[in-house]
Amino acid sequence: MRDVGIIGIGQTAVAEHWDRSIEDLAVEAITEARRDAGTDRADALFVGNMLSGELAGQENLATAIADAAALLPIEALKIEAACASGGAALRAAWLAVASGAHDYALVVGVEKMTDHLTDGVTAALATAADADYEAGFGISFVALTALLMRRYMHDHAARREDFAAFSINSHRNAALNPRALYRQPITVADFIASPVVADPINVLDSAGICDGAAALLICPAAEAGRARRTPVRIAASACATDTLGLAERADPLVWQAVAGSARLAYDRAKVGPKDIDLFEVHDAFSIVSVLTLEACGFADRGSALRLAAEGRIALEGDIPICTLGGLKGRGHPVGASGVYQIVEVVQQLRGEAGPAQVKGARVGMAQSVGGSGSVSVTHILRA
Amino acid sequence: MELPRYHRMRRALYRLEGTSCPSCSRRFFPPRAVCPACRKGGLEPFPFSGRGTLYSYTRITQAPRGFASVAPYAVGMVRLEEGPLVSAPLADTDGIDLSIGMPVEMVTRRIHEASENGPIVYGYKFRPRLRPPRQ
Ligand SMILES: [Zn+2]
Repeated sequence: MRDVGIIGIGQTAVAEHWDRSIEDLAVEAITEARRDAGTDRADALFVGNMLSGELAGQENLATAIADAAALLPIEALKIEAACASGGAALRAAWLAVASGAHDYALVVGVEKMTDHLTDGVTAALATAADADYEAGFGISFVALTALLMRRYMHDHAARREDFAAFSINSHRNAALNPRALYRQPITVADFIASPVVADPINVLDSAGICDGAAALLICPAAEAGRARRTPVRIAASACATDTLGLAERADPLVWQAVAGSARLAYDRAKVGPKDIDLFEVHDAFSIVSVLTLEACGFADRGSALRLAAEGRIALEGDIPICTLGGLKGRGHPVGASGVYQIVEVVQQLRGEAGPAQVKGARVGMAQSVGGSGSVSVTHILRA
Repeated sequence: MELPRYHRMRRALYRLEGTSCPSCSRRFFPPRAVCPACRKGGLEPFPFSGRGTLYSYTRITQAPRGFASVAPYAVGMVRLEEGPLVSAPLADTDGIDLSIGMPVEMVTRRIHEASENGPIVYGYKFRPRLRPPRQ
């Protein structure tokens, strides 16, 4: 396998883009990534997207985007892995370039969710769960996560407000990111007063419904030196899976897919949790951040809430997470989020994160999670 | 729910029928065709008793499409006496303080609103078990 570098990044603002189509958003991000890289070369396009069939009525999405972006006749494929689609699209592109099948690959993660009312989006997101035995019973995606959070609170004597520190951290960092959706800081009182979605999960504990696109251009590291920008190296790319149904696991509070993809990535990059300077966590809900930090070796079982309480996840802490707002602060256009995470790690490793810069960042990790922890893609990047 | 899917799932929905592995005797709900432990097929039907305890629960305020008319409603995860955990709606919870570990039992109830092109779907829910089971 060849070493692969990221030479261009692009992103739209995350927002409610009522006046723009899914193709419009993708084209803007792709154009920005190509301009950033300073090259028009592209041999293939990998699109990360979860819901274009459900919400835009458009499958064959990769062809639609290749066409709109004037990339024809290159190979173009949509990669779907629920909320982990963005990370999975980069992984597919990395496989193509590392193997030698392609030299220059574009990745775009895109989602357009705001054409629909909340009940339609809630039903669409529930397709990440088991259609027969979860979604078919009206058990929404948020509800499955709420079941996990309630059990965690029971097992570890935690209160709802103990989880607020994760939302506060994401919103504080989002305020420093001009592309983020929710740029207003929040307090513990705001968190407690926030309306309930599925008890004990409230609105400020959930990533919001929104639109956005983010893009990357990758190529072999040997060629990346000729690019306009100093490349960021992909030190590891890994994917692992777990049961589709949350109840079918030996212990629902131990996220094996998340742990497995992180372990594979640590092995390939020859690093451990202590070497990671920042971690873009899939913080769709605070309990997801908690279970992820425990599964990936940053905290012992039952102790991740302490990391947040002690400020260790903040920009100046020893394991900063969601440094440009994460899913909750930047916004979570589901199939795009995994690519936004990579764009943000590249910004950090280039030293271009502005007031959100993590000082001296050399090694960054990003992790996409789909379903209730049923699929996970982890990438480790090096400056 | 589409009629063929409903028909396919009828044993699970009405009898809480899962499967068991003849090699390792692990039991599964929902039914599996291949045992994840032995990685072999040939699993046999296994109806669960429907008795268990509440592992976790939530009350859904923001319902997905098709469930709005019954919101808010409670759902949970139940640890069945025979071992597996099951995610399911909860029934008869009005005025009851749900708690982790409380005994519950399966009942058959309406699961889904009638839709334009689908049948009214009946299936399992779990309700608090107020008296100890008869021996
Ligand atoms: Zn077996």
